[in-house]
Amino acid sequence: VAELPQPAAVGRVRGLHLLHGLAAVLVHGPHPDLATLRDRAKSKVAYYAYGMFALGWRGANRHWQNYEKAYLILAGLSTPLVLSVHTIVSFDFATSVIPGWHTTIFPPYFVAGAIFSGFAMVLTLAIPARKIFKLEEFITVRHVENMNKIILVTGMMVGYAYAMEFFIAWYSGSPTSPSPSSTAPSAPTGGPTGSWWSCNVITPQLFWFQKIRQNMTASFILSIFVNIGMWFERFVITMSLHRDFMPVVVGLLPPDHLGRGLSHRVFGLFFTLFLLFLKFLPAIAIAEVKGVMPQADPHWEGYHADHHHSADHAHAAGEKHHG
Amino acid sequence: MAEARVWGLVAQFDDPAKLLHAAEGLRDAGYKRYEVWSPFPVHGMDNAMGLSRSKVPWIVLGGGLTGMACALLLQWWSGAVEYPVMIGGKPLFAFEFATPVTFELSVLLSAFGAVFGMIGLNKLPTPYHPLDKIAMFRRVTDDGFFISIETRDAKFDLHRSRELLESLGGRHVTVVEE
Repeated sequence: VAELPQPAAVGRVRGLHLLHGLAAVLVHGPHPDLATLRDRAKSKVAYYAYGMFALGWRGANRHWQNYEKAYLILAGLSTPLVLSVHTIVSFDFATSVIPGWHTTIFPPYFVAGAIFSGFAMVLTLAIPARKIFKLEEFITVRHVENMNKIILVTGMMVGYAYAMEFFIAWYSGSPTSPSPSSTAPSAPTGGPTGSWWSCNVITPQLFWFQKIRQNMTASFILSIFVNIGMWFERFVITMSLHRDFMPVVVGLLPPDHLGRGLSHRVFGLFFTLFLLFLKFLPAIAIAEVKGVMPQADPHWEGYHADHHHSADHAHAAGEKHHG
Repeated sequence: MAEARVWGLVAQFDDPAKLLHAAEGLRDAGYKRYEVWSPFPVHGMDNAMGLSRSKVPWIVLGGGLTGMACALLLQWWSGAVEYPVMIGGKPLFAFEFATPVTFELSVLLSAFGAVFGMIGLNKLPTPYHPLDKIAMFRRVTDDGFFISIETRDAKFDLHRSRELLESLGGRHVTVVEE
């Protein structure tokens, strides 16, 4: 039962990651925007609810200074964390005695897979959201196209990793099937493996065409394909446990109605929370969008034309007063 | 409350450019206890106000070192001192296998240091502020730019500070009561 610790270990690392994520996003990120919502609230309830979470943010520059520094550091901390989460999952895999779970390609392969499925999931959520809430000016075609390029690149990276797994399985010459993916085609998981490969490796190749990258409907459908493919990848990895060295675990444990129901409920919970988020919180960081407008730059040309002289004058006046 | 004490003055400015120049003007005039309020961080404002660097990174460093020390101590103490178990001839403690936990806890406490350091340095949550009573100040989280000067400032003078704010381009200069 050597494989029992794995889900727990993965859960532990994911749990820590969630803590970091909560600290970074929920506690830190939105309170300037919550303050905006507080000050525009129409009802007393909304005013106090947003006000409580805004922590009394009023946009003081001394506050912005600390806020921006903390934001920068959190971004810096999150970047190695993204790599470590998946690398440590593959460390956990490597402590097992499961054939094929020790390959050194796993850490980069899992990171690439995470970026691949993460970008696809963001597109799955963002494309309908930008349409329904008319956010086309904020989430532009260029954003979506660039994300599609990342999906294409990381899709080929995971494709390479899958191919390498087959190669290692063959090259090792082990009589047991030594890799999660190489067990699959022969086994009853052949169907899922077909879906996994076609959705993760083949369909993203359509993103070579600019017309498809810039087409929102096509991008949405292809992002769903990536989600399906990544779901089947995890499904096949889990199912591959049916063939290791211990006779006791030989045999499949296909999902029954309970497992399927749980899966549906997880989807339901996720989308409920996502829709609640869209309803009550800004989907796009308001203060950040204001900060990157040309007018937010004190040295924007529009200000120089009509304000420059008066500003100089004011400066001189201030010195005269107190100098 | 027979007579409300004066907290300071507040003035509205048209845009980030005027706000930046006004902040420089106040700095050059020798004011210390003034604050600039804006819906988003204005680039260059820290220099314009003459602020020193944020102290958040030091708190983050403290958090990170605490996390690293705690993780190493916990793994060494529990594995090699309190409950040593020999498994496959492996050492009871080694930095190599202690790396994942050490890394994760360092990052976790660094992140907490960043978030709670920022909240602490900004003295949040602040449920009440004298400026909340000023109706125009509500626009500070929307599109309003403001500068306030506190009476606690050594250079504060109700008349002269008001004139200075007006000469720097401030509009609707208002007296704020505590």
